[in-house]
Amino acid sequence: MAEKYPVRMGDGHFVEMTADEIRAHLIEGSEDAADRGKIAPLDDSEYDFLLDLFTNPARVVGVPQGHEVVLTHDIGTLRLDGDQGNSGVGIPLSRLQGIQVHERAFAADTMELGHVDYSWKPVKPIIAQEQQVLENVLLSTIVPIFYGAMPNLGLYYAPDGPFGNPSDLLPMAKIDEAREAQELAVEHAVRDMVYVATKLWDVGGDAINFDTTGAAGDADFKATLHAVEQLKDSTGLAIEVGMAGEFILGMHGKLEYEGTRLAGLFPHDQVKLVEKAGADIFGPVVNTNTSRSMAWNLARAVTFVKACVEASNIPIHVNMGMGVGGSPVFETPPIDSVSRASVAMVEIARVDGL
Amino acid sequence: MGVGDPYGMPIAHGVAAGMGGIRTAGDLVARMQLAQKMRISEAKAFVADKLRISVQDLSDVTVMREIREDLDIGVITSVPGCAKGIEAKARIADLLGIKINSVERLKRKLSGPTRD
Repeated sequence: MAEKYPVRMGDGHFVEMTADEIRAHLIEGSEDAADRGKIAPLDDSEYDFLLDLFTNPARVVGVPQGHEVVLTHDIGTLRLDGDQGNSGVGIPLSRLQGIQVHERAFAADTMELGHVDYSWKPVKPIIAQEQQVLENVLLSTIVPIFYGAMPNLGLYYAPDGPFGNPSDLLPMAKIDEAREAQELAVEHAVRDMVYVATKLWDVGGDAINFDTTGAAGDADFKATLHAVEQLKDSTGLAIEVGMAGEFILGMHGKLEYEGTRLAGLFPHDQVKLVEKAGADIFGPVVNTNTSRSMAWNLARAVTFVKACVEASNIPIHVNMGMGVGGSPVFETPPIDSVSRASVAMVEIARVDGL
Repeated sequence: MGVGDPYGMPIAHGVAAGMGGIRTAGDLVARMQLAQKMRISEAKAFVADKLRISVQDLSDVTVMREIREDLDIGVITSVPGCAKGIEAKARIADLLGIKINSVERLKRKLSGPTRD
Protein backbone atom coordinates (compact mmCIF):
# COMPACT_ATOMS: atom_id res chain seq x y z
CA MET A 1 0.00 0.00 0.00
CA ALA A 2 1.38 3.42 -0.99
CA GLU A 3 2.65 5.66 1.79
CA LYS A 4 0.33 8.51 2.73
CA TYR A 5 1.36 12.04 3.69
CA PRO A 6 -0.53 14.68 5.69
CA VAL A 7 -1.61 17.53 3.42
CA ARG A 8 -3.80 20.42 4.49
CA MET A 9 -6.96 21.45 2.73
CA GLY A 10 -7.58 25.11 1.87
CA ASP A 11 -9.41 25.61 5.17
CA GLY A 12 -6.38 24.26 7.05
CA HIS A 13 -7.49 20.82 8.20
CA PHE A 14 -5.33 17.79 7.42
CA VAL A 15 -6.18 14.96 5.01
CA GLU A 16 -3.93 12.10 3.92
CA MET A 17 -2.75 11.71 0.34
CA THR A 18 -0.33 9.47 -1.56
CA ALA A 19 2.54 11.03 -3.52
CA ASP A 20 0.68 10.29 -6.75
CA GLU A 21 -2.41 12.02 -5.45
CA ILE A 22 -0.38 15.06 -4.35
CA ARG A 23 1.27 15.28 -7.75
CA ALA A 24 -2.10 15.06 -9.48
CA HIS A 25 -3.38 17.94 -7.34
CA LEU A 26 -0.27 20.00 -8.10
CA ILE A 27 -0.75 19.53 -11.83
CA GLU A 28 -4.46 20.23 -11.68
CA GLY A 29 -3.93 23.45 -9.66
CA SER A 30 -1.22 24.75 -11.96
CA GLU A 31 -3.25 23.95 -15.07
CA ASP A 32 -6.25 25.76 -13.61
CA ALA A 33 -4.12 28.93 -13.29
CA ALA A 34 -2.66 28.41 -16.75
CA ASP A 35 -6.10 28.01 -18.27
CA ARG A 36 -7.63 31.04 -16.55
CA GLY A 37 -4.63 33.33 -16.99
CA LYS A 38 -3.53 32.11 -20.43
CA ILE A 39 -0.06 31.49 -19.00
CA ALA A 40 2.36 28.58 -18.88
CA PRO A 41 1.82 25.81 -16.29
CA LEU A 42 4.70 24.64 -14.12
CA ASP A 43 7.16 22.13 -15.56
CA ASP A 44 8.07 18.65 -14.32
CA SER A 45 11.04 19.79 -12.25
CA GLU A 46 8.84 22.35 -10.50
CA TYR A 47 6.20 19.72 -9.73
CA ASP A 48 9.03 17.53 -8.33
CA PHE A 49 10.19 20.42 -6.12
CA LEU A 50 6.68 21.01 -4.78
CA LEU A 51 6.12 17.29 -4.23
CA ASP A 52 9.32 17.20 -2.14
CA LEU A 53 7.96 20.10 -0.07
CA PHE A 54 4.68 18.34 0.63
CA THR A 55 6.25 14.97 1.44
CA ASN A 56 9.00 16.50 3.60
CA PRO A 57 8.18 15.49 7.22
CA ALA A 58 9.74 18.66 8.69
CA ARG A 59 7.29 20.92 10.46
CA VAL A 60 8.97 24.07 9.13
CA VAL A 61 10.97 24.39 5.91
CA GLY A 62 13.12 27.26 4.65
CA VAL A 63 14.89 28.66 1.62
CA PRO A 64 18.59 27.84 1.14
CA GLN A 65 21.06 30.22 2.83
CA GLY A 66 21.50 33.28 0.64
CA HIS A 67 18.06 33.02 -1.04
CA GLU A 68 16.25 35.16 1.56
CA VAL A 69 13.95 37.96 0.40
CA VAL A 70 12.66 41.25 1.79
CA LEU A 71 9.48 41.21 3.84
CA THR A 72 6.85 43.96 3.74
CA HIS A 73 3.99 43.96 6.21
CA ASP A 74 0.41 44.65 5.16
CA ILE A 75 -1.81 45.49 8.14
CA GLY A 76 1.11 46.76 10.22
CA THR A 77 0.73 46.68 13.96
CA LEU A 78 -2.93 45.63 13.89
CA ARG A 79 -1.80 42.02 14.22
CA LEU A 80 -0.49 42.96 17.67
CA ASP A 81 -3.02 45.43 19.08
CA GLY A 82 -6.04 44.61 16.90
CA ASP A 83 -8.96 42.26 17.40
CA GLN A 84 -9.35 38.81 15.86
CA GLY A 85 -11.02 40.28 12.77
CA ASN A 86 -7.47 41.07 11.66
CA SER A 87 -5.93 38.05 13.41
CA GLY A 88 -4.90 40.56 16.08
CA VAL A 89 -3.83 39.29 19.46
CA GLY A 90 -5.14 42.26 21.47
CA ILE A 91 -1.95 43.40 23.19
CA PRO A 92 -2.47 47.00 24.34
CA LEU A 93 0.63 48.47 22.70
CA SER A 94 0.90 51.86 21.03
CA ARG A 95 1.53 51.70 17.30
CA LEU A 96 5.05 53.04 17.86
CA GLN A 97 5.70 50.17 20.27
CA GLY A 98 4.18 47.72 17.81
CA ILE A 99 6.55 48.88 15.10
CA GLN A 100 9.52 48.64 17.47
CA VAL A 101 8.49 45.10 18.40
CA HIS A 102 8.45 44.14 14.72
CA GLU A 103 11.82 45.81 14.07
CA ARG A 104 13.66 44.48 17.11
CA ALA A 105 11.84 41.30 18.15
CA PHE A 106 10.56 39.96 14.81
CA ALA A 107 13.54 41.16 12.71
CA ALA A 108 11.25 42.86 10.19
CA ASP A 109 13.00 44.24 7.08
CA THR A 110 10.39 47.00 6.76
CA MET A 111 7.35 47.92 8.82
CA GLU A 112 4.05 49.65 8.38
CA LEU A 113 1.97 52.21 10.26
CA GLY A 114 -1.77 52.14 9.70
CA HIS A 115 -4.98 53.49 11.19
CA VAL A 116 -7.21 50.97 12.95
CA ASP A 117 -9.89 51.41 10.26
CA TYR A 118 -7.17 50.79 7.65
CA SER A 119 -8.85 52.79 4.84
CA TRP A 120 -7.59 56.05 3.32
CA LYS A 121 -10.88 57.96 3.57
CA PRO A 122 -11.26 57.95 7.39
CA VAL A 123 -7.63 59.05 7.79
CA LYS A 124 -8.31 62.38 6.07
CA PRO A 125 -10.02 64.11 9.03
CA ILE A 126 -7.39 62.82 11.49
CA ILE A 127 -4.34 63.28 9.32
CA ALA A 128 -2.58 65.55 11.85
CA GLN A 129 -2.78 62.73 14.41
CA GLU A 130 -1.32 60.26 11.93
CA GLN A 131 1.44 62.69 10.99
CA GLN A 132 2.46 63.01 14.64
CA VAL A 133 2.58 59.26 15.17
CA LEU A 134 4.60 58.84 11.99
CA GLU A 135 7.04 61.58 13.08
CA ASN A 136 7.73 59.73 16.33
CA VAL A 137 8.09 56.40 14.53
CA LEU A 138 10.56 57.86 12.03
CA LEU A 139 12.72 59.33 14.79
CA SER A 140 13.08 56.10 16.71
CA THR A 141 13.23 53.32 14.11
CA ILE A 142 15.72 52.28 11.42
CA VAL A 143 13.83 50.11 8.92
CA PRO A 144 11.84 51.71 6.07
CA ILE A 145 8.35 52.65 7.26
CA PHE A 146 5.28 52.34 5.05
CA TYR A 147 1.92 53.93 5.79
CA GLY A 148 -0.70 51.42 4.72
CA ALA A 149 -4.42 51.69 4.02
CA MET A 150 -7.07 50.38 1.65
CA PRO A 151 -8.51 52.43 -1.24
CA ASN A 152 -11.86 50.90 -0.19
CA LEU A 153 -14.21 52.59 -2.65
CA GLY A 154 -17.08 51.05 -0.75
CA LEU A 155 -16.83 53.92 1.73
CA TYR A 156 -17.85 56.38 -1.01
CA TYR A 157 -21.19 54.64 -1.63
CA ALA A 158 -24.45 54.90 0.38
CA PRO A 159 -24.96 54.57 3.28
CA ASP A 160 -21.32 55.40 4.15
CA GLY A 161 -20.64 57.88 1.36
CA PRO A 162 -22.24 60.43 -0.95
CA PHE A 163 -22.85 58.29 -4.04
CA GLY A 164 -25.37 55.62 -4.95
CA ASN A 165 -24.31 52.08 -4.11
CA PRO A 166 -23.58 49.99 -7.22
CA SER A 167 -24.52 46.86 -5.28
CA ASP A 168 -28.03 48.30 -4.86
CA LEU A 169 -28.26 49.89 -8.30
CA LEU A 170 -27.11 46.94 -10.40
CA PRO A 171 -29.83 44.49 -9.23
CA MET A 172 -32.37 47.18 -10.19
CA ALA A 173 -30.82 47.25 -13.69
CA LYS A 174 -29.73 50.86 -13.13
CA ILE A 175 -26.50 50.25 -15.02
CA ASP A 176 -25.79 53.83 -16.06
CA GLU A 177 -26.44 55.12 -12.53
CA ALA A 178 -24.14 52.47 -11.05
CA ARG A 179 -21.40 53.39 -13.48
CA GLU A 180 -21.76 57.11 -12.82
CA ALA A 181 -21.55 56.52 -9.04
CA GLN A 182 -18.30 54.60 -9.50
CA GLU A 183 -16.78 57.26 -11.74
CA LEU A 184 -17.59 59.94 -9.16
CA ALA A 185 -16.19 57.76 -6.37
CA VAL A 186 -12.93 57.41 -8.30
CA GLU A 187 -12.51 61.20 -8.39
CA HIS A 188 -13.11 61.56 -4.65
CA ALA A 189 -10.94 58.60 -3.68
CA VAL A 190 -8.01 59.85 -5.75
CA ARG A 191 -8.31 63.25 -4.10
CA ASP A 192 -8.40 61.73 -0.59
CA MET A 193 -5.53 59.30 -1.16
CA VAL A 194 -3.28 61.94 -2.69
CA TYR A 195 -4.09 64.41 0.10
CA VAL A 196 -3.32 61.96 2.91
CA ALA A 197 -0.20 60.49 1.33
CA THR A 198 1.21 63.94 0.56
CA LYS A 199 0.78 64.94 4.20
CA LEU A 200 2.71 61.82 5.21
CA TRP A 201 5.48 62.66 2.74
CA ASP A 202 5.62 66.19 4.16
CA VAL A 203 6.60 64.92 7.63
CA GLY A 204 9.28 62.51 6.39
CA GLY A 205 7.43 59.34 5.34
CA ASP A 206 9.36 56.74 3.33
CA ALA A 207 6.64 54.88 1.53
CA ILE A 208 2.96 54.07 1.27
CA ASN A 209 1.11 50.82 0.69
CA PHE A 210 -2.19 50.72 -1.19
CA ASP A 211 -3.44 47.49 0.32
CA THR A 212 -6.34 45.34 -0.98
CA THR A 213 -6.51 47.39 -4.16
CA GLY A 214 -9.42 46.40 -6.38
CA ALA A 215 -11.58 45.15 -3.50
CA ALA A 216 -14.51 47.18 -4.85
CA GLY A 217 -13.77 46.26 -8.45
CA ASP A 218 -12.31 47.99 -11.48
CA ALA A 219 -13.10 51.50 -10.18
CA ASP A 220 -11.11 50.77 -7.02
CA PHE A 221 -8.11 49.73 -9.15
CA LYS A 222 -8.47 52.76 -11.43
CA ALA A 223 -8.55 55.19 -8.48
CA THR A 224 -5.38 53.64 -7.10
CA LEU A 225 -3.51 53.84 -10.40
CA HIS A 226 -4.35 57.53 -10.75
CA ALA A 227 -3.35 58.23 -7.15
CA VAL A 228 -0.01 56.48 -7.75
CA GLU A 229 0.57 58.52 -10.88
CA GLN A 230 -0.10 61.82 -9.11
CA LEU A 231 1.97 60.95 -6.05
CA LYS A 232 4.96 59.87 -8.11
CA ASP A 233 4.79 63.21 -9.91
CA SER A 234 4.54 65.33 -6.78
CA THR A 235 6.43 63.47 -4.01
CA GLY A 236 9.39 61.12 -3.57
CA LEU A 237 7.31 58.45 -1.84
CA ALA A 238 8.04 54.84 -2.66
CA ILE A 239 4.73 53.14 -3.44
CA GLU A 240 3.61 49.55 -3.06
CA VAL A 241 0.35 48.44 -4.66
CA GLY A 242 -1.03 45.26 -3.16
CA MET A 243 -4.14 43.64 -4.55
CA ALA A 244 -7.35 42.32 -2.96
CA GLY A 245 -7.91 39.37 -5.27
CA GLU A 246 -6.44 37.56 -8.25
CA PHE A 247 -8.97 38.96 -10.72
CA ILE A 248 -10.26 42.53 -11.22
CA LEU A 249 -14.03 42.44 -10.83
CA GLY A 250 -15.90 44.42 -13.48
CA MET A 251 -18.28 46.26 -11.17
CA HIS A 252 -18.25 49.04 -13.78
CA GLY A 253 -17.04 46.99 -16.69
CA LYS A 254 -15.88 49.71 -19.07
CA LEU A 255 -13.18 51.48 -17.09
CA GLU A 256 -9.74 51.71 -18.66
CA TYR A 257 -6.26 52.90 -17.71
CA GLU A 258 -3.97 54.03 -20.51
CA GLY A 259 -6.15 52.23 -23.05
CA THR A 260 -6.36 48.91 -21.19
CA ARG A 261 -9.71 47.67 -19.90
CA LEU A 262 -9.35 46.89 -16.21
CA ALA A 263 -12.09 44.32 -15.65
CA GLY A 264 -10.85 40.77 -15.88
CA LEU A 265 -7.12 41.38 -15.51
CA PHE A 266 -5.01 38.73 -13.78
CA PRO A 267 -1.77 39.49 -11.85
CA HIS A 268 0.62 39.34 -14.83
CA ASP A 269 -1.47 42.00 -16.60
CA GLN A 270 -2.22 44.03 -13.45
CA VAL A 271 1.49 44.54 -12.80
CA LYS A 272 2.04 46.15 -16.20
CA LEU A 273 -0.44 48.92 -15.36
CA VAL A 274 0.88 49.33 -11.83
CA GLU A 275 4.35 49.72 -13.30
CA LYS A 276 3.10 52.20 -15.90
CA ALA A 277 1.52 54.30 -13.15
CA GLY A 278 4.95 54.52 -11.51
CA ALA A 279 4.67 52.23 -8.48
CA ASP A 280 7.82 50.73 -6.99
CA ILE A 281 6.55 47.37 -5.66
CA PHE A 282 3.60 45.20 -6.70
CA GLY A 283 1.85 42.71 -4.44
CA PRO A 284 -0.12 40.14 -6.44
CA VAL A 285 -2.84 38.07 -4.80
CA VAL A 286 -3.97 34.56 -5.61
CA ASN A 287 -6.96 33.39 -3.60
CA THR A 288 -7.13 30.08 -1.73
CA ASN A 289 -9.98 27.67 -2.49
CA THR A 290 -11.03 26.09 0.83
CA SER A 291 -12.45 22.94 -0.75
CA ARG A 292 -9.21 22.11 -2.57
CA SER A 293 -5.98 20.76 -1.08
CA MET A 294 -3.04 23.08 -0.36
CA ALA A 295 -1.12 21.14 -3.03
CA TRP A 296 -3.68 22.31 -5.58
CA ASN A 297 -3.78 25.83 -4.11
CA LEU A 298 -0.03 26.36 -3.79
CA ALA A 299 0.74 25.09 -7.31
CA ARG A 300 -1.99 27.36 -8.65
CA ALA A 301 -0.72 30.40 -6.71
CA VAL A 302 2.90 29.82 -7.72
CA THR A 303 1.90 29.49 -11.39
CA PHE A 304 0.13 32.86 -11.37
CA VAL A 305 2.88 34.61 -9.40
CA LYS A 306 5.70 33.16 -11.53
CA ALA A 307 4.05 34.65 -14.63
CA CYS A 308 3.67 37.97 -12.79
CA VAL A 309 7.34 38.04 -11.76
CA GLU A 310 8.39 37.31 -15.36
CA ALA A 311 6.15 40.10 -16.71
CA SER A 312 7.38 42.69 -14.22
CA ASN A 313 10.25 45.16 -14.17
CA ILE A 314 9.60 46.19 -10.55
CA PRO A 315 9.99 44.15 -7.36
CA ILE A 316 7.18 41.67 -6.66
CA HIS A 317 6.19 41.19 -3.01
CA VAL A 318 3.54 38.51 -3.18
CA ASN A 319 0.65 38.75 -0.71
CA MET A 320 0.86 35.72 1.55
CA GLY A 321 -1.51 36.38 4.40
CA MET A 322 -4.13 33.90 5.47
CA GLY A 323 -6.27 32.86 2.52
CA VAL A 324 -3.94 34.10 -0.22
CA GLY A 325 -0.64 33.17 -1.87
CA GLY A 326 -0.81 29.49 -0.98
CA SER A 327 -1.78 29.92 2.68
CA PRO A 328 -4.91 28.31 4.15
CA VAL A 329 -8.00 30.35 5.05
CA PHE A 330 -7.43 30.21 8.77
CA GLU A 331 -6.87 33.24 10.99
CA THR A 332 -3.92 31.70 12.84
CA PRO A 333 -2.14 30.20 9.82
CA PRO A 334 -0.39 26.82 10.33
CA ILE A 335 3.35 27.42 10.12
CA ASP A 336 3.98 24.22 8.11
CA SER A 337 1.79 25.61 5.32
CA VAL A 338 3.12 29.16 5.60
CA SER A 339 6.75 28.09 5.45
CA ARG A 340 6.11 25.79 2.46
CA ALA A 341 4.37 28.62 0.63
CA SER A 342 7.32 30.93 1.42
CA VAL A 343 9.81 28.48 -0.04
CA ALA A 344 7.74 27.77 -3.16
CA MET A 345 7.28 31.48 -3.91
CA VAL A 346 11.01 32.18 -3.56
CA GLU A 347 12.37 29.09 -5.27
CA ILE A 348 9.86 28.66 -8.12
CA ALA A 349 8.12 32.00 -8.64
CA ARG A 350 11.38 33.91 -7.88
CA VAL A 351 9.62 36.70 -5.98
CA ASP A 352 11.57 39.73 -4.74
CA GLY A 353 9.79 39.77 -1.42
CA LEU A 354 6.81 38.58 0.56
CA MET B 1 2.74 39.38 3.53
CA GLY B 2 -0.66 39.87 5.09
CA VAL B 3 -3.20 38.96 7.74
CA GLY B 4 -2.32 36.37 10.35
CA ASP B 5 -1.32 36.27 14.00
CA PRO B 6 2.31 37.28 14.74
CA TYR B 7 3.55 33.71 15.20
CA GLY B 8 1.75 32.39 12.13
CA MET B 9 2.60 35.22 9.77
CA PRO B 10 5.63 37.55 10.24
CA ILE B 11 7.57 35.13 12.41
CA ALA B 12 6.84 32.10 10.21
CA HIS B 13 7.70 33.92 6.96
CA GLY B 14 10.72 35.52 8.63
CA VAL B 15 12.12 32.17 9.72
CA ALA B 16 11.39 30.50 6.36
CA ALA B 17 12.54 33.18 3.94
CA GLY B 18 13.11 36.62 5.53
CA MET B 19 16.37 38.53 5.33
CA GLY B 20 16.42 39.36 9.03
CA GLY B 21 15.89 43.12 9.20
CA ILE B 22 18.46 44.97 11.30
CA ARG B 23 19.83 41.66 12.66
CA THR B 24 21.41 41.40 9.23
CA ALA B 25 21.10 43.58 6.11
CA GLY B 26 17.36 43.24 5.46
CA ASP B 27 16.61 46.94 5.94
CA LEU B 28 19.48 47.92 3.62
CA VAL B 29 18.30 45.67 0.79
CA ALA B 30 14.74 46.91 1.32
CA ARG B 31 15.99 50.51 1.05
CA MET B 32 17.35 49.81 -2.44
CA GLN B 33 14.09 48.22 -3.57
CA LEU B 34 12.25 51.33 -2.42
CA ALA B 35 14.77 53.92 -3.61
CA GLN B 36 15.52 52.49 -7.05
CA LYS B 37 12.94 49.75 -7.75
CA MET B 38 15.74 47.17 -7.66
CA ARG B 39 14.81 43.51 -8.01
CA ILE B 40 16.06 41.31 -5.18
CA SER B 41 19.25 40.08 -6.88
CA GLU B 42 20.26 43.57 -7.96
CA ALA B 43 19.50 45.07 -4.54
CA LYS B 44 21.50 42.36 -2.75
CA ALA B 45 24.46 42.74 -5.12
CA PHE B 46 24.41 46.53 -4.65
CA VAL B 47 24.40 46.33 -0.83
CA ALA B 48 26.98 43.53 -0.75
CA ASP B 49 29.26 45.65 -2.91
CA LYS B 50 28.85 48.65 -0.59
CA LEU B 51 29.63 46.49 2.45
CA ARG B 52 32.43 44.57 0.65
CA ILE B 53 30.96 41.19 1.57
CA SER B 54 29.36 38.34 -0.36
CA VAL B 55 25.63 38.24 -1.12
CA GLN B 56 25.30 35.22 1.16
CA ASP B 57 26.83 37.19 4.05
CA LEU B 58 24.00 39.76 3.88
CA SER B 59 21.67 37.46 5.78
CA ASP B 60 24.33 35.98 8.09
CA VAL B 61 23.86 37.47 11.52
CA THR B 62 27.42 36.67 12.62
CA VAL B 63 28.86 38.68 9.73
CA MET B 64 26.35 41.51 9.74
CA ARG B 65 26.35 42.07 13.49
CA GLU B 66 30.00 43.04 13.37
CA ILE B 67 29.61 45.13 10.24
CA ARG B 68 26.65 47.03 11.65
CA GLU B 69 28.61 47.80 14.82
CA ASP B 70 31.70 48.85 12.88
CA LEU B 71 29.71 51.12 10.57
CA ASP B 72 27.48 52.33 13.43
CA ILE B 73 24.28 51.83 11.42
CA GLY B 74 22.18 50.38 14.22
CA VAL B 75 22.07 46.94 15.81
CA ILE B 76 19.09 44.93 16.97
CA THR B 77 20.05 44.60 20.63
CA SER B 78 20.15 47.51 23.00
CA VAL B 79 23.75 48.71 23.08
CA PRO B 80 24.45 52.03 24.82
CA GLY B 81 26.14 54.51 22.50
CA CYS B 82 25.24 52.75 19.21
CA ALA B 83 23.39 54.84 16.63
CA LYS B 84 19.65 54.67 17.22
CA GLY B 85 16.70 55.50 14.98
CA ILE B 86 17.26 58.57 12.82
CA GLU B 87 20.99 58.60 13.72
CA ALA B 88 21.41 55.17 12.14
CA LYS B 89 19.28 56.12 9.12
CA ALA B 90 21.44 59.17 8.44
CA ARG B 91 24.51 56.93 8.29
CA ILE B 92 22.65 54.38 6.12
CA ALA B 93 21.70 57.11 3.63
CA ASP B 94 25.40 58.05 3.33
CA LEU B 95 26.50 54.42 3.09
CA LEU B 96 24.07 53.56 0.30
CA GLY B 97 24.22 56.94 -1.44
CA ILE B 98 20.45 57.45 -1.29
CA LYS B 99 18.13 60.08 0.13
CA ILE B 100 15.94 59.09 3.06
CA ASN B 101 13.06 61.52 3.48
CA SER B 102 13.16 61.69 7.29
CA VAL B 103 16.93 62.27 7.19
CA GLU B 104 16.50 65.06 4.66
CA ARG B 105 13.94 66.60 6.99
CA LEU B 106 16.40 66.41 9.89
CA LYS B 107 19.03 68.18 7.77
CA ARG B 108 16.55 70.94 6.97
CA LYS B 109 15.74 71.33 10.66
CA LEU B 110 19.43 71.50 11.58
CA SER B 111 20.05 74.25 9.05
CA GLY B 112 16.84 76.10 9.82
CA PRO B 113 16.41 79.75 10.83
CA THR B 114 18.28 81.20 13.82
CA ARG B 115 18.04 84.53 15.67
CA ASP B 116 21.72 85.37 15.19
